[in-house]
Amino acid sequence: MATIKFTVNGTARSVETEPERPLLEVLREDLGLTGTKYGCGEGQCGACTVLLDGRPTLSCITPAREVQGRKVTTIEGLAANGKLHPVQQAFVEESAMQCGYCTPGMVLRTVSLLERNPNPTDGEIIEGLNGHLCRCNGYHRIVAAVRRAAVLAGKQS
Amino acid sequence: MQAFEYARPSTVQEAVSLLGNSWEDANLLAGGTDLLSLMKDYIHTPKRLVSLKGIKELEGIRKSAGGLRIGALVTLEELLRNPDVRKEYPSLAAAARGVASPQMRNMGTVGGDLCQRPRCWYFRLGFGLLAKGPNGESLVPSGDNRYHAIFNNRGPAYFVSASSFGPPLVALGATVNLVSPSGTRELPVEKFFVAPATENARENVLAPNEILTEILVPPAAGVRNATYEVRQKMALDYPLATASVALRMRGNTVASARIVLGHVAPVPWRAQAAEKALTGKTLNAAAIEEAAKAAVQGATPLSMNGYKVQLASVAVKRALEEAAQART
Repeated sequence: MATIKFTVNGTARSVETEPERPLLEVLREDLGLTGTKYGCGEGQCGACTVLLDGRPTLSCITPAREVQGRKVTTIEGLAANGKLHPVQQAFVEESAMQCGYCTPGMVLRTVSLLERNPNPTDGEIIEGLNGHLCRCNGYHRIVAAVRRAAVLAGKQS
Repeated sequence: MQAFEYARPSTVQEAVSLLGNSWEDANLLAGGTDLLSLMKDYIHTPKRLVSLKGIKELEGIRKSAGGLRIGALVTLEELLRNPDVRKEYPSLAAAARGVASPQMRNMGTVGGDLCQRPRCWYFRLGFGLLAKGPNGESLVPSGDNRYHAIFNNRGPAYFVSASSFGPPLVALGATVNLVSPSGTRELPVEKFFVAPATENARENVLAPNEILTEILVPPAAGVRNATYEVRQKMALDYPLATASVALRMRGNTVASARIVLGHVAPVPWRAQAAEKALTGKTLNAAAIEEAAKAAVQGATPLSMNGYKVQLASVAVKRALEEAAQART
């Protein structure tokens, strides 16, 4: 067993865990943060994406010990004071989900994409979301949601 | 996944001392994008993982008169964003861009790219690196070999090298430093990759207790270089065939050429006939066409991968066209 101390959504957390467990399991099972999804388990689908020190990272293939002392943001950490993050709001307004399983990963990736590039072209959006699969094939609305998120985020700042 | 011990050393020397004499003793962990999948499928079952992430000396890209030094832990994204790489080494930038997901580029490292295991589906499904069936013969020639080698494929290895940076680094004449308990050795990237002869051998020369610490790329000012990757779809996937070229010019004439194919052989594959065809020629459409044809001379496709011969030839043509347009 190992003690892992890290920050999750702005709060310092400490968990006792086997070192080989993926970060995804620790988030879902030990911390009850089930917004992060298990898709393929081998880093191909993007459903488990979280932000690690602000960068999109696949939590299913990140050993828990690798996050010692670092900052993790999950989908639960985006809304502030009961108000959705502009990216979440945009996904809702565009109905950019059917089953919704890929949505948390898509939203977190979009947050990091817009931080780096506040006005992406459609090509840049598609390239930026390349690591995410949507089995409902709702890609058009997802791209529209990212476009809308760029507008909403721009208005807010 | 089998339980393992986890070690996080802060120096290369410490890391080397934590490795063992067999691959079952310990494996190195960098980005983990390949290793963790292999472990989840029980293809790798090491007793210990030695994380390299705490070792500062493995980080960073440094340019000097001697060329470019790339630490093994540099991520694909760092490489892609480096201004020197973008300007002087477009063949490396294109290879990094080809790994199409931001997550993979954030997590995956240059050292890890060179050390990743083959994607051969027989290997990934537990039939071993040489994919042997019950009677000891390879399953590949009579099986589904659509993604397998079209060069150097007379056995026992039929897989293709999966590395994105192997071909451009061989084209640029780069070297790697390998550190083990007996010291450091520097060798050309071309000599790093090998086609294994036995099931216990690997697709590179690394020993179980050895670490690839850095990559050294010679200066490329005046060397026109490019990489072109042919893939089935633009989304995240491995390419079907790639070509990297590095041309030293004398005016409009090619003084010397290195042309290296990816995903066509168990190692990055020097297309020496194409290099020869281009040397001394004016870099124009006719010379490019001729080199692209020469690049696939002698290919020996298997039952299902004849299509790769044409793709490899087109990859060479387009890489050369890019290099011809590059301003240096």
